[in-house]
Amino acid sequence: MPFSQTFDADLINAAVERLPYHDAGDVRAAAQAPGLTLQAAAPLFSPAAAGLLEELAQQAHDLTVERFGKTIALYAPLYLSNECVCTCTYCGFSLGLNIKRRTLRVDEVIREARALSSQGFRNILIVSAEHPKFVSAPYLVQCVREVKSVAQYVGLEVAAAGSDEYGDYAAAGCDGIVLYQETYHPQTYAEHHLGGPKKKYHWRLDAPERAAGAGIKHLGIAALLGLADWRFEALSLVSHLRYLERHCWKSQINISFPRINQAEGGYKPLHPVSDAELVQLICAFRIAAPSAGIVLSTRESAQLRDRLVALGVTHMSAGSSTEPGGYSEPGSAGEQFHLEDQRSVERVAQRLRELGYDPVFKDWENMQPQATTLAAVR
Amino acid sequence: MTDLLTLGTRTFQSRLIVGTGKFSSPEVMADALAASGTEMVTVALRRVDLDAPAHSITGFIDQSRYLLLPNTSGAADAHEAVRLAKLARAAGLPSWIKVEVIPDPRYLMPDPIETLRACEILVAEGFTVLPYIHADPVLAKRLEEVGVAAVMPLAAPIGSGKGLKMKAAIAIIIEQATLPVIVDAGLGVPSHAAAAMEMGADAVLVNTAIATAGNPAMMANAFRLGVEAGRIAYLAGRARELAVASASSPLTGFLKPAD
Repeated sequence: MPFSQTFDADLINAAVERLPYHDAGDVRAAAQAPGLTLQAAAPLFSPAAAGLLEELAQQAHDLTVERFGKTIALYAPLYLSNECVCTCTYCGFSLGLNIKRRTLRVDEVIREARALSSQGFRNILIVSAEHPKFVSAPYLVQCVREVKSVAQYVGLEVAAAGSDEYGDYAAAGCDGIVLYQETYHPQTYAEHHLGGPKKKYHWRLDAPERAAGAGIKHLGIAALLGLADWRFEALSLVSHLRYLERHCWKSQINISFPRINQAEGGYKPLHPVSDAELVQLICAFRIAAPSAGIVLSTRESAQLRDRLVALGVTHMSAGSSTEPGGYSEPGSAGEQFHLEDQRSVERVAQRLRELGYDPVFKDWENMQPQATTLAAVR
Repeated sequence: MTDLLTLGTRTFQSRLIVGTGKFSSPEVMADALAASGTEMVTVALRRVDLDAPAHSITGFIDQSRYLLLPNTSGAADAHEAVRLAKLARAAGLPSWIKVEVIPDPRYLMPDPIETLRACEILVAEGFTVLPYIHADPVLAKRLEEVGVAAVMPLAAPIGSGKGLKMKAAIAIIIEQATLPVIVDAGLGVPSHAAAAMEMGADAVLVNTAIATAGNPAMMANAFRLGVEAGRIAYLAGRARELAVASASSPLTGFLKPAD
């Protein structure tokens, strides 16, 4: 049974309503006997847990070092296109916004990938807006294949797809997908996704398991924080994570806590998440799910990112651009959202070393033989 | 007394193999390797830039001093493990391979069926093969028949530091083995390593417990001493374990008639 048929928003709401009744004893008990059921994990997201943040942070730190060591994996996003047929209230690429639109040609994608490779990146996340004509599945397959020839790990953060497309992406060398549900709250989802294929809440919700079924090994899930009550999103994410861990047992699952940022659309979040709440989220998930990767993008400021490293983060982007062509030709198209951490990758890596962490650029090897690519020929 | 560990065609004085993951920097790793007295270090191929091995983590490992044992971490089936091993050999790394076939990213448990398949292929291809396995005595014997150089049963889940949780099964593997048995994964402190060596393990492999210690080089030295102590105790032959006390100076000896 797919996740969408087991997920019960009313059950999550009921658990959220009980959160204020947990006390410090419940929080400590949950931290000592952690688990990914709603019952086991919920106290970690309670207001009472906010009062025990230092304790939880120490535990989260220790668990992360035990599991992942003193290393941070670095990756870079590569934006293919900002041409989009979806209307989403919070997104800088939304249909109808007056920005410079552009879809990279495959040779331009190769140029971007090479620019990232020359900075040392071996882990590249291909990102794109949703456009069935300009960003078709065959185009994505071609882009994956080309990027794979210069990077050992290639992820895709693009439109939710069907099993056949995911199978094609995997065969082309796609190692992981990232697909944020944006909000798990069905009504809020409908209010923010006004037009285009992204309106299909359930299709999106079940996409990670379709990808896993098609042979994609790494699944990235998240809610975009700011659209709905973060505690509702957190408990929903607990349910989704538990479902994926049990049903897709061969998949490494990564989670992320993106906070809505200043985009071209000028959207102001109704449910902003504070720094302290972000810290609570990271610590609670690390304790409840010690093996989950936690990904932190350059949406957050350099100062905050430096502090979050010790709490449970395992993957960071660096030196990023969110406009198509932004590495080899900056300024040629509109950006998806504004980046707070504008440091170069060298500065991020140097700062990680100062903090006692080894910045890791390569942590994956091509497992499948590769087809000949344009990038290899030229 | 020379007490050497023989693996494949090589001999080693040190019975401590050290892993290279999770260190805070390559320099900290290099210091810990030196302090451990190890002669063999394992490296995840996924961390090595195979186009330029000298420029990645392997650049910090003095290969005149340590035998590099590449591992197939990241491989989820036999096919992937074989591909990684061949990539490593093609890049000029030693033809020694630690086979890790781990389909489960949560508990990092090795797949016995795919491990056996990968070992069959790699032995036939001429590799010196060291498989990471569950503490499964039958699997250990099956791998012996395939022609691996040693078996590497886990003491506890990787990185858990829980110690010899699989002690009873490891004892059977050691008792039955005609090959070296290297206890791998889950050893958290030097006393765990000493206990494994006292049982008759031929060597141990340690990574997380050293890499994530407050002072990795100091902990590496402590593991060196623990492994040595355990090995010497094993060779010395331990005193019998008794359920009741047995005084070394009996209190009732005076009652025996004098000779």
